[in-house]
Amino acid sequence: MQKITREQLIEKAVSLLADGTVSCVLGWSKGEFDYDVTPALFNNEEELKANFVFNDFCGVNFSKYLISKTNKCDGKILVFLKPCDTYSFNQLLTEHRFDREKVYAVGIPCEGMADIAKVKQICGDGISSIAFDGEKMAVTTLYDDAPVMISTADVLAERCVNCKSKKHVAFDELMGDEGEVIDSNRFDEVEKLEAMTPDERFAFWQNELSRCIRCNACRDVCPACTCEKCVFDNPNSGVENKSPANSFEEKMFHIIRAFHVAGRCTDCGECSRVCPQNIPLHLLNRKFIKDMNEFYGEYQAGAEVGLRAPLVDYTLTDIEPGEVFDRGDSDA
Amino acid sequence: MRKCSLDKINLVFAEIAKSSALYLPVDQNDGSAAYKKWEEGTVWSNALNTVRSPKDFFFPQTEDLMKFKTSGKNIEIIDTRSEAEDFVVFGVRACDVKSFDILDRVFLSEHVDSFYGSRREHGVIVSVACTRPSETCFCKTFGIDPSESAGDISAWKTETEIFFKANTQKGEELLNKLSSLTEECDETVVNEQKAKINAVMNKLPLKDLNTEAFGGGKTNEFFNSPLWDELSQTCLGCGTCTFVCPTCQCYDIKDFNTGNGVIRFRCWDSCMYSEFTKMAHGNNRLTQKERFRQRFMHKLVYYPENNDGLFSCVGCGRCISKCPISMNIVKVMKKMGGAVNE
Amino acid sequence: MNNREETLIPKLGVITDVRIDTPDIKTFRVVTPDGKKAFDHRPGQCAMLSIPGVGEAMFSITSSPTNEEYMEFSIKKCGCVTDWLHQAEVGQQITIRGPYGNPFPVDDVFAGKNLLFIAGGVGLAPLRSVINYCRHYRDRYGKIDIVYGSRSKDDLLDYQEIIEEWSNDAGVDVHLTIDNPQEGWDGHVGFVPNYVKELGFDTDKVAVLCGPPIMIKFTLEGLCAIGFEKTNIYTTLELRMKCGVGKCGRCNVGSKYVCKDGPVFRCDELDELPAEY
Repeated sequence: MQKITREQLIEKAVSLLADGTVSCVLGWSKGEFDYDVTPALFNNEEELKANFVFNDFCGVNFSKYLISKTNKCDGKILVFLKPCDTYSFNQLLTEHRFDREKVYAVGIPCEGMADIAKVKQICGDGISSIAFDGEKMAVTTLYDDAPVMISTADVLAERCVNCKSKKHVAFDELMGDEGEVIDSNRFDEVEKLEAMTPDERFAFWQNELSRCIRCNACRDVCPACTCEKCVFDNPNSGVENKSPANSFEEKMFHIIRAFHVAGRCTDCGECSRVCPQNIPLHLLNRKFIKDMNEFYGEYQAGAEVGLRAPLVDYTLTDIEPGEVFDRGDSDA
Repeated sequence: MRKCSLDKINLVFAEIAKSSALYLPVDQNDGSAAYKKWEEGTVWSNALNTVRSPKDFFFPQTEDLMKFKTSGKNIEIIDTRSEAEDFVVFGVRACDVKSFDILDRVFLSEHVDSFYGSRREHGVIVSVACTRPSETCFCKTFGIDPSESAGDISAWKTETEIFFKANTQKGEELLNKLSSLTEECDETVVNEQKAKINAVMNKLPLKDLNTEAFGGGKTNEFFNSPLWDELSQTCLGCGTCTFVCPTCQCYDIKDFNTGNGVIRFRCWDSCMYSEFTKMAHGNNRLTQKERFRQRFMHKLVYYPENNDGLFSCVGCGRCISKCPISMNIVKVMKKMGGAVNE
Repeated sequence: MNNREETLIPKLGVITDVRIDTPDIKTFRVVTPDGKKAFDHRPGQCAMLSIPGVGEAMFSITSSPTNEEYMEFSIKKCGCVTDWLHQAEVGQQITIRGPYGNPFPVDDVFAGKNLLFIAGGVGLAPLRSVINYCRHYRDRYGKIDIVYGSRSKDDLLDYQEIIEEWSNDAGVDVHLTIDNPQEGWDGHVGFVPNYVKELGFDTDKVAVLCGPPIMIKFTLEGLCAIGFEKTNIYTTLELRMKCGVGKCGRCNVGSKYVCKDGPVFRCDELDELPAEY
């Protein structure tokens, strides 16, 4: 269902390697099954041809890997960026996390990535292969005689259901057509939560966050979480890593993290994608984004390099703390 | 062998719950399954397996070890242990049952861990055969038979009935409690199911994965392999794999000051975390590659060396589905196992 | 009430003496509140000491098991628990559990042999328990040589005991060295590995090493170069430990757990382990 194909991407990568523009490629490597793609660094044509894939399961956002990989490659790294990835790219550059000169970014179009858990909810376990055919995927399982046809639109990852932009805000080269920012309904779910009473809202989050196993996958994959010494790794902070001493601390992890990334979160959705317990973490971050849009004016982190995030900037039109507090009271 | 009709399953659960806390896999609102305590109205999930493994019941994610009260220079040590209460874990899969064996060898070896030991003594496992293995299953690689799960009671579930066979004394005692709800039967239906399961196992994509290349004594062969760089390249070090793995057993001991005393508790830890081996003098595993390598060397080489060749993996496939970047033990085995044979 | 034995639950101990040895090492004397040793141990074994709310850490027992009155720990100030201990006063209670680890084979391998102890800095602490054990049972062992070095004279641990007791024992030779020249010191100046080479020992000994990793590395090389077999050289390792009984996984290197299979290892055994310690 993706408009651009694996072959086109490999061709692009090979030609950029061949003419010396780049010396290695950050891309997706095939796994055991058709849906378990692993991010990897490719160094030459053979490796690309043998292992590079691009399909509906390539949700990985490479921006964060650039921080460590630009130190490992001699020349430039070629990185393929989907529209949402480009926002993280800009945000990391704004924060001087990697050297722009060492990266060659190629923007690629994206029709949305699928969530294998949703696929399995439809066809069950025992998938032996998945073939992509236009708007649908043909899922062959060990238990059905014929492949189950599933429309990709039905199994889109949560964050792709409310895609905010098909526009690439950073690239050295663009493959495919220039896209547009979308007027999405990404705050719909947040509004539903806001409409609940405080007790209902507490019960909702209690239910979701009680599944948290403090695996830290959300923090480790988040492009906004790049602190070399994270507060959750610091024994003196009182909220150190690993499992919480009690359930209060368990919820504090997510709230603290949401505050730490507020204003810098580009809404890439990786946190929810990687959560092994399917906790809709992006809702917390979207609530913060919605609030900040209301308090400080519309702001999209990563739309350009060098933007000043609302919480690290001060203008005379900033909302007064009292107003925020009052609003909180009226929610109660 | 005894059996009963599936419409009586709630009566079975109620009967068990009369004398022990009963836990079984229950569907959650996000589509996955998790072990929850049974009460009237709880429905047994049809999911192949839960996200969190049942090791939680014997080795919980956090547990208090003891309490202290300090006043001035004096300390009072308070032993807060209590004997575990009887409980039954129902619906455990063959892979997870094997994981208890693996954990036993660590926790019940000299300097027996009394917390774990007490729970193991009071827990009864009713395991169920897997009628619909997933493509991510590879329990057979480690010699586990999904058609004959080895709990205190083995069970087989069909569309309409459930069959039970006791394997241990605890199992017999539990089965006796259900004698009014079950009836004697022969093994025909069960044997048919076993044959079907084995037929499916032979079609699984990972059926040819084997452990020949690995085992005790192979430290030097694998430790310095350049392949670890490639395999660990994009590992986030998040620890998800260790938390969903039924055999991972590393833990940390921490003190928590409640303001009214100190609780010393134990919690899961992960060798993938950067601070795992950090000490005042430094850290002997500074890069993710070293930590990544440690985890897999432990599962495939070090543990078997100390435990008569038993591997510290049961092929449950949770790491395959839960790793954020889809790295897992299968990829490691295929890459490393293949390399040695070349 | 769970009546099983549980090694993770410690005993109470109390500090009855604090001796300042060097600017960053103090030696603590620990007994139970009723004045006895908390438990018996073998030379080279360790114990977990903790202060509730601060932390728990593994320390080698520096006193010999032949000391029946108390146990001693020589502790260097370098982290949370050690910092706290360094400002503790006599009478402070702590928790103690043990003994843990594999001791030095003083009764089988070492018996009847000449012994060469080589230590650097606080590395003398674990070896002191062996040295004093051997001095107590003097006629079970041959000639004893001790080479000990530190940064400076003020950093030499157990200095009084070395000068007043060890140096005066028959058949015990002590060779001290410090890294750089210092006023008031007219002994040898130079790093321990070099000093060992200079002294030129015969290889008819069992060697026991302990000190900073770099000192062990070079000393080991030096000993092998003059003909020592690794099967005759012992050392004791240190890694972060939490449970002390080979379960939590922290000190796992190769197929060994340093808290349970070690901390004492023979140097040829170390070669089997991956280089992660």
